[in-house]
Amino acid sequence: MKIFKSIFIALIFLGLIWVDLPENVKTKYKIPNKIDFNVYGLNVKKDFTTKLGLDLKGGSSLIFEADISKVKREDLNDALNSARDVIERRINFFGVTEPQIQTVKTGNKYRLSVDLPGINNYEEAIKLIGQTAQLTFKELPDEKIATTTPIFLQLTRDTGLSGVHVLKSTVEFDSQTGKPQVGLKFNKKGADLFAAITQRNIGKPVGIFIDNMPLTTPTVQTEILDGSAVITGNFTTDEAKKLTISINSGALPLPIRLVEQKNIGPTLGAIEVRKSVYAGTIGLIMVLLFMIIYYGRLGFIASLALLIYGLISLFIFKAIPLVLTLPGVAGFILSIGMAVDSNILIFERIKEEQRKGKAFDIAVRLGFGRAIDAIKDANVTTLTVAFILFNPLNWEFLPQFGMVRGFALTLAIGVATSLFTGVVITKRLINMFYKVR
Amino acid sequence: MINFLKYRWLYFLISTVVIGAGLFSVVKWGFRYSIDFTGGSNFEFQMDKVIEKSKIQKILDLNKISVVSLKQQDKNIILRTKVLDQNKESLLKKDLEAKLKIKITVLRSETVGPILGREAINKTLIASILAIVGILIYMSFAFKGFNFAFSAVLAMFHDLLVVVGTYSLLSHFFGAEVDTMFVTAVLTTMSFSVHDTIVIFDKIREYHNEQGSLEMESAANQALTETMVRSLNNSMTILFMLLALTMMGGSTIRFFILTLLIGTITGTYSSPFVATPILVLLEKMKKQKS
Repeated sequence: MKIFKSIFIALIFLGLIWVDLPENVKTKYKIPNKIDFNVYGLNVKKDFTTKLGLDLKGGSSLIFEADISKVKREDLNDALNSARDVIERRINFFGVTEPQIQTVKTGNKYRLSVDLPGINNYEEAIKLIGQTAQLTFKELPDEKIATTTPIFLQLTRDTGLSGVHVLKSTVEFDSQTGKPQVGLKFNKKGADLFAAITQRNIGKPVGIFIDNMPLTTPTVQTEILDGSAVITGNFTTDEAKKLTISINSGALPLPIRLVEQKNIGPTLGAIEVRKSVYAGTIGLIMVLLFMIIYYGRLGFIASLALLIYGLISLFIFKAIPLVLTLPGVAGFILSIGMAVDSNILIFERIKEEQRKGKAFDIAVRLGFGRAIDAIKDANVTTLTVAFILFNPLNWEFLPQFGMVRGFALTLAIGVATSLFTGVVITKRLINMFYKVR
Repeated sequence: MINFLKYRWLYFLISTVVIGAGLFSVVKWGFRYSIDFTGGSNFEFQMDKVIEKSKIQKILDLNKISVVSLKQQDKNIILRTKVLDQNKESLLKKDLEAKLKIKITVLRSETVGPILGREAINKTLIASILAIVGILIYMSFAFKGFNFAFSAVLAMFHDLLVVVGTYSLLSHFFGAEVDTMFVTAVLTTMSFSVHDTIVIFDKIREYHNEQGSLEMESAANQALTETMVRSLNNSMTILFMLLALTMMGGSTIRFFILTLLIGTITGTYSSPFVATPILVLLEKMKKQKS
């Protein structure tokens, strides 16, 4: 029975170490850092990687304010959601991994916060997200215009069909020439409008404009009823791609304005991370040495508990996964301090009981019992503070921005873990090393 | 047992001097606020060679950019301006590259509208007040007495004043800016302060309850004697971490870590030397009343 228990603990330990292994260190044997398997049709898939926040990894954090003056109250949520979708589509063009787009309401202001981790050409991204390219279709007016006027100047009558009616725009390739072209798919209303336009304009040109700039002026061959169209032109694949994005974004349902942008280059963050990890390691070693020198064998046990604490916290960070930012690191460092504190409290109590002439094993038991009260009260208070700062219900009168929340989350995880390792694990270790019965 | 409370006038003097110096600085010099609070733009450009500052300044003037500050460290320049939109930023960068014949890598570029920062600070204030109320309620229950909770919170305010005051000095003499990181550091100090105080109060409560006849003052003295080693050891471990980070950590977090360092020191100091004397005083007043 005891053997099984040992094996079980060893397995958990190995699991922790496996997850915590740094993912970008090259080793001779490739160790995977994800789980992906099927159990009775249930797919278990988990990727254990450290997620770094924008301030550490580099990237852009943008906040747009939506102009809601032209939107009806009951349509507001739809408009905001579809604006978010449009922005997401535009971002996907840049191949950003895990962009975060949120709508944030503050008072009567509506904002969209867009996080683009690891992006380099932020200038282009901002331009693309913020642009409100409006796609319009125009036809020839009834009255005759001198044929010497360039064709796109003749097309002056608005058909009522616009980017709002475009469901989706995609890059396609001509089946004969292989040239890239832009395909349009209209919604129901757009399809009806388009059918009517093509019907009355057979043999005549129809202009497609972006922001009132002529894009192409194809001549209508036949009536098109299925609500799809193709824009041909001398596009390169890249141009066609950009055009589809512009058209897709032309449907942005409400104007947005950039009010805040923070861009961190990838080098700055990398330097910060390296320095912080280096400094953190040295600090930790000093703490461990101090504990061992001051408390001797007990200090060694505390150091072991602290290492286990580090392993468990890192495991939780990777498993959630939690996005690590600089304030998050601060919260973690603070919680390391509090984890050591639990041990120091317990050890001082044990020493105190020993001074009163109690035998060691009795002193250990009493010490733990006495210290628990202080540890509990102190940590519950800290957890309360972390809870309020984290604002789990996303109340708008409390901080909704990432900095403070990141701090609160790592602090809470750290404190909760330290309660476990500082008390339970330390006690086990003492039992193991001292054979206290 | 050491009679720590005998020297309460000394603790009071130390606190008064430190807080007084800080408040003097707050009133006289105030703070340097980051763009998080004032609105504006911040750029950190890395150039591929060292350029004279005056040349950069000239191009900035030509572009009609209202510069708040321009700092130079080797090949890097840190530029702070009034709100600069994306187009102007691109133009400026191109102009600098063309006229100085250099290549610029943007290390950091931030633009913040002025309203957002103010909102953030208001929200953080509300959250802090709620947190304080939470602490008061929890401690009143856990310690079965409002005086414990009240003194802990007063000591927390003491630490808050120390941190804010010293930061004003840092701001004046070393150019530290009040930003969201500073707000986080203040929050950390506040939670650490209460955390630390509770450990000592727990001991005082224990002695007070164990020996019912014992005066609060002698219970407090006994508790302080017993916990002094623990207090020192504990803050020592946090100080090790923070000192390492201050000396070797990256430049963007230097002031942040330094603030945490000050917060830890005052947080540890205030538990025995501010919170405890206040508690003893409050308990004495309570006794006199009844």
